[in-house]
Order: sequence, then structure tokens, then C-alpha cells
Amino acid sequence: MALLSLGKKEESCRCHGNTGEKTEGLQKVVLVGSPNVGKSVVFGYLTGRYVTVSNYPGTTVDVTRGKGKLGDKEFEIIDTPGMYSLLPITEEERVARSILLDENPAVVVQVVDAKNIERMLHMTLQLMEAEAPLVLVLNLMDEAERLGMKVDTGQLERELGIPVVATVATEGRGMDLLKEAVIRHEKKRGGIVKYDKVLESAVQRIQEKLKGEYRISKRAIALFLLQDDPDIRSLVRKQMKEDYRSLEEIIGETKNRYGQPLNYIVTLARQREILEIIKKVTVSSPEETMDFRERLSRLMMHPLAGVPILLLIIYSFYEFVGVFGAQISVNFLEETVFGKYINPFVTGIVISIIPWKVWQNLFVHDYGIITLGIRYAIAIILPVVTTFFIAFSIIEDSGYLPRLAMFIDRLFKKIGLNGRAVIPIVLGFGCDTMATMVTRTLETKRERIIATFLLALAVPCSAQIGVILALLAGNVGALWIFISVMAMIFLFTGYLAAKIVPGEKPLFFMEVPPLRWPKLSNVFTKTYTRVEWYFKEVLPLFVLASILIWAGKLTGLFDLLTNALSYPAALIGLPKEAATAFLYGFFRRDFGAAGLYDLKTAGLLNGIPLVVSVVTLALFMPCIAQFSITIKERGWKMALGMAAFIFPFAFFVGYLLNFVLNGLGIAL
Amino acid sequence: MRLSNKAEEILEYLWIMTMETGKKMAGFKELKTDKNAPEVEELIALNFIDVLEKGIVLNKEGMKEAEDAVRRHRLAERLMIDVFGIRKNLMEDTACLFEHLIRKEVEDNICTLLGHPKVCPHGRAIPRGRCCRKRSRSPKSIVSNLADLKKGARGKVAYLHTGDNKKLRKLMTMGILPGVLVEVVQTFPSHVFKIGHMQIAVDREMAKDIFIRPRRRRQ
Repeated sequence: MALLSLGKKEESCRCHGNTGEKTEGLQKVVLVGSPNVGKSVVFGYLTGRYVTVSNYPGTTVDVTRGKGKLGDKEFEIIDTPGMYSLLPITEEERVARSILLDENPAVVVQVVDAKNIERMLHMTLQLMEAEAPLVLVLNLMDEAERLGMKVDTGQLERELGIPVVATVATEGRGMDLLKEAVIRHEKKRGGIVKYDKVLESAVQRIQEKLKGEYRISKRAIALFLLQDDPDIRSLVRKQMKEDYRSLEEIIGETKNRYGQPLNYIVTLARQREILEIIKKVTVSSPEETMDFRERLSRLMMHPLAGVPILLLIIYSFYEFVGVFGAQISVNFLEETVFGKYINPFVTGIVISIIPWKVWQNLFVHDYGIITLGIRYAIAIILPVVTTFFIAFSIIEDSGYLPRLAMFIDRLFKKIGLNGRAVIPIVLGFGCDTMATMVTRTLETKRERIIATFLLALAVPCSAQIGVILALLAGNVGALWIFISVMAMIFLFTGYLAAKIVPGEKPLFFMEVPPLRWPKLSNVFTKTYTRVEWYFKEVLPLFVLASILIWAGKLTGLFDLLTNALSYPAALIGLPKEAATAFLYGFFRRDFGAAGLYDLKTAGLLNGIPLVVSVVTLALFMPCIAQFSITIKERGWKMALGMAAFIFPFAFFVGYLLNFVLNGLGIAL
Repeated sequence: MRLSNKAEEILEYLWIMTMETGKKMAGFKELKTDKNAPEVEELIALNFIDVLEKGIVLNKEGMKEAEDAVRRHRLAERLMIDVFGIRKNLMEDTACLFEHLIRKEVEDNICTLLGHPKVCPHGRAIPRGRCCRKRSRSPKSIVSNLADLKKGARGKVAYLHTGDNKKLRKLMTMGILPGVLVEVVQTFPSHVFKIGHMQIAVDREMAKDIFIRPRRRRQ
């Protein structure tokens, strides 16, 4: 998934530009395989660099390139997004396959999950059909062994006619053998699947008429064409132009001979071949024992037992992020580190160097770059974001998210999404900007639109949540009102969006990976890359905001805007000063919320107005960064349309809430 | 009244041609018969066909009769594969003999037994009968879709059926293919099942397209 490869993306940038690592002219080794089988770990071993790894399918959406020394020869190593089959369904799979079509790999390493070898061999046979220079890696051997499964790699090598290596990549087991196999690889032709007479004759005829240059075998091209692959079709058409029509005839004719898609027929034939091979090379223990992992996994998915587990996870999350991150750490950094040391110290220096008050204000005092911008970023936002990503990485690596996805699918269907969307939505509670990027992994345009909209409106990010928790700390009633209002808006607007946005209904299917113990080193590296990304993006904005506020104050523009905003603020029952916070909120929602925090500390905001302003601000259009990502992912029209709805709607909800709470005479 | 086997085959041929290729008339040569053959006279007598100069066309009455014959043929094929486990290459001959033995009354029972299959093993549609519309449940189905199976049920995938090509591809790439052993882990809030050493969660929509031949549980 996109975000999850943010760190990675930067890395690939680096190796293409900044550090100037040259990979040109090197022989290429391409890693391919299904999602969640450990390609990225293998990549790490071959190149010695870290890439984001997690325990759910689809961590890599981009292609990562690196340089690795195997033996005494240097290779360019290419990691591709997961694909289940050479016939792509999703965008990521298309990206992965295009590497095979466009580049000229010296070796293709297919990494597979040994315990699911039966399913994985489909792609192996497809790759052999395409005559790719293949090495097969049976990874996750430890999990297979734990299930009492044995694979005879020697026999498998003979059956397939290609090198086979057994590994446990996370422990480095078998990595030397893999390197050896890559270095020694010589192009050999493995066996191929024979299809029935009708198909074989069609393949034969297409192969004879096929013209042009291709990086993969003509047999594979013919089969792709028969299975209606649009990319291959246009590739062939480009080379054959008019002559393509003769192929079309053969394809049409062959299709008519079968009542089902040729893809199905071809896959069935391959499956038969695979079952034969499997019989010869694997031994499984007859009855599986239910171990602790499996028991826990079933409890997590159980419709009743799953609920307390979910609540327990949320509660731990809250304790760690909400209490430890947002309260204890924030207090320490804010009051002790900044309040007692940094702010007075810096203010002292600035005053002694710069005699003019106006220029002093740019750096220190109420809205200075250091006393406001840097303080917010480091003291209030950083601890919350860091603790959030630590907790998120742990949950992510344990494999809980797909279980949550299956749990919540029915509810999400009501709001036009499917269980898979749980990943961007949960991530949104960390950073909406990252989450908006991850909506890319949703299958239909409709889901992407709805998810983006909900992220923009009703999912507060960790930075905001941190401040909000601090604001509402000690006021349980207010906190519950906030949570229920947000949940209601999330479901209600989602429900409406599902009615309004046209498009196909989502389908849910997801692999549920085994539960795995999160590796601490992985959790920290991952958190580090994410926080680093976040910070690089946030800090300049906070500084910019301080400068704009300073300039705005200087020119009087700021007062003008504050005044203008104080009317809607007054309308929803807020003090005039809250308008300033809303203005900050245009830069970043968390920045605005932090502004409210100052008001509350000053004793200006309490009770109902506090809840109302928190809700209104949480609903606000996201920070500038998220807005720009929304434009990038969904286009100008969509982004502006969402903004045009969200701002008035946020105030409207604030007004309504104020009215209702006062009307009911609720005291907070 | 019972049709001769030969006559029944002519009806089937005509129906498939009319419904699935759009052609209307079949020549005598094509049908390997001629104007005066007994099976043609039999069909004329029953007023199922109209005879033209060069061939035969089904009429409205004949259509109905022919549809039933096709249905029996394709159900017989499913029965061969799903229940008797006969290999596909042997199936054709056995099914051809078998279909003529199926009586109308038994036809619906076989259909129910098989879980109201929608396609024959070749992937052609099986015309729906009265029982499919009522979706009757007894006698107990031998093949049923994954969405109807209870927790803990095991069995082999008999076939996949979906009108949606994309859905079919998704199922296949997850390794859900005929002959694969499946165990239902849970059915609510979503369907989770084990396939090989992997677990997959799907919604009801997708589970409905996977047809399973359940196995009795081991003691």
C-alpha cells in the first residue's frame, strides 16, 4: 500500500537521484510473487537496505530498485508489488507485470509461501510458459514446518526443471543458497503445461501468425490474448496493426467453443498439472492441530468474542496514544522542555539580538516560528504521531487488520465501502494525508471517492485526536458527546454518499494471513520512516503558518479574517477568540485544535462551547497537505466539491449541536 | 408417450442452435437424418417441428419440449461429474445414455440434489426448471454453495459459477478452484474459509458463487 511504501518511495528516489547510485548496465534480478510472502525481506537481504514490511497483503505498491552484490558481481535488484497471477486484476499487479514485459531481467526470482505452494505454483507455471529465467524461492518454510508440512525441493526441481531454494527470509535461512542460485543461473527451459486440443491448436495458430518483438515467449503472448488481456492485446496490436485481425478471428472462434471464459479453462488445466506435482513433492501431516495462534485468530474473528478483543485493543491504543502520548509526553515536552527551558532561552536570545518588537514577533512571543510553530510541531504533535505509529505498526504486523476488515465488512457495505477500506480509514486516525494516498488500493472508483470524502470530513487524525483528548481530558460527558457525534456523522454521511455516488457495488475478499509476532526492530524502523516522512511534511507548514500569521497580523489582514470568522463562530456559541483557532485550522486541523488548547488553558473555553468548537474543527476540511493530496488523487473538481460541502457542513453541525445541547439543558 | 432417443437428440440439437448460436434452421445433413426418417415423422406427429424444404425448424411447442431435453442432458452431465466423480472425458457417453432414462418427475429431484446448478460442466447454462424457481430443499443437496454451508463443514470445490468474469478471476487467483479442499471457519459477520493452509474472508456475494461437494465429518 502506498503509504506504507512512502519510506520506500523515497528510497527509490534516492537510489535514482540523490545518492547517485548507478544501476545502469548491471544485470537485473527481478523479485516477483504473491502479496505477503516476504519479497521485501528478501530484497532487504540482497541489497542490504530496509523497505517497509508488514503482515498484510499489498505493502508494496511501487517498484523498488536497489543494488546488491552477490558473490563478486553486482546486480540491480528490483522488488515488485505483489501479484497473484500473471494476468493482472489490480493496478499493482499491472505495475508488477510490466517489469517483466519492459525490462530484460537476467534472473526472475519468484518468492512463494511454501505452505500454500499449491496456489502459488500457478504463477510459477505461467512464468515458465513465458520462458522467464526463473528461480523459485519457497519462503516461510518455518510456518510450513510448524504445520507439519514437508517439501522435497530436489524433487520439485526435477518436476519443474528450474532451480528451487527453501528459505526463511526473516531469519536469513537459505539466503546464501538463493544468492548462489542467482549467480549460477543459466537459462534452462522448464516443462510447460499442455492444454486440451482445441486450445493447443489455437495457441499454435496464433503463434504462427504472431509478429513483432516480445520479451516473453510467443506461447505466453498467445495465451494472454486468448484470455482477453487488454494490455497484451494493445501491445500486439501496436506491432501488428492491420494483421491483428487474423488473430482476433482465431480468438473469437476459440471462445465460442467454450461456454466459460478461457481464463477459467486455462486455469483448470494448470490446476490439474499442479495437483499432480504437489502429490509427488509434498507431505502434509494428516490432521492439523489447533495451536494457540489459530485459537486466538478464531476468537478475534468470532462474532461475539471478537468484540471484547476489539474493545481491548482500542483501549490499549487509547492508553498508549491518548494517555501516554497525548497527555504525559505532551505535558512534559510542552510545559517542562519548552515552557521552562527552550522558550525562555530562545526568547532571551532573540530579544538581545533583535531590538525591534515586530521582528522579535516573527521568531518568538505568541505566534513566533519557534515559540508557536516549532513548539506545536514538536511538543504537541510529535509525541502523538509517534505513539500512534508505534501502536499502528504493532497491530499491522500482527495481522489483526485483515481480521478487523472481515469483522466490519457488513457495516462498511452500508456506507458504500467494503472491509478492505478499514486499512485507509484506521490509518486516517494516524494521518489523513497518508490515508488518502492509500485509498489508491481500493478497487473501484466509487470506493475511492467515498473513502477520500470520509477521511476529509469525519476522521480526525492522531495529532487532532491528541489535542482533543487533552482538551476534553477530565470531562467524560463531553468526550462521549464528541465520539458519538463523530461516529454518527461518519455513518450518516457515508450512508448518503453510498446512495449518491454511482458505480458498482463493492465486493469483499481478503486473505487472512496467520497471526505473527511483531518484530520490534521492524516496528521501530517502520515508525521511524513514517514519522520522518510526516515531520518533513509538517514542520515547514507549521513554520509557514507562523510566518503567515505574523505577516497577516502585521498587515491587518489577519484581524480582518478573524473578524469575519468570528461571526459564524458566534453563531455556534463560541467566544470571539475561537475564530483565531479556526483560522489556524485552515492550515492544519491539528494546528487549529492546538490553538483551542491555548484558549482552554487560558480559561476562555469550557463546557458546551468547548465541545461544539472541537466537533466543528474536527469536521473541518483537512490540513493543506491532505487537501493537496486529495487534488492529486481525485482531481481538482472533486477536491473543491468536497471542500464546498465540508466547511458549511462543519459550521452547520456545530450550530445544531450547540442548539440541541443548550435546548436540552445539558451541563458539561 | 415417450420420444425415441434419436428424436430427443434432434430436439436438443435444434434448441442449442436456436438459443445459443442464433441460427434457426438445421439441414437434414447436419442432423444426419432425412425427411422421411422415423424420428422426423415422430416429431411431426407430435407437432414439435416444422419441416421446410432443406431442413427443420422448432416450433413453439417443440421449444418447450426441447428445453426440457437439454435440461435433462446437462443435469445428467453434472450428476456424472459432481456425484459419480466420472472423469470428464468419459462423461459424455455416459451422460448421453443416462439423460434418456431420466423421467420428468425425477428430473427435479436430481436438480435439487445437485443444488440447482446453473451451468453444465462445459459451462453452458442449464435451463431452469420449476424446482429452481421454488428452490426446494429436499432431498438434501449434494452440492451446495459455500454461503449455505455451516461452520466446520468441509468439502471439495465442485465448480465455480458466476456471471461476472472479474469475480471469477478473483476467486481463481485466490486459489479457489475445483478439486481444492475447503473448510468453513466461520459464517458471520463474513464467510471465512480455509483453503490449503490459507484463510480467506469473503462476503456472501462471493461465497454464493463457490459450489462445494461437502464431505461427511470424520469421527
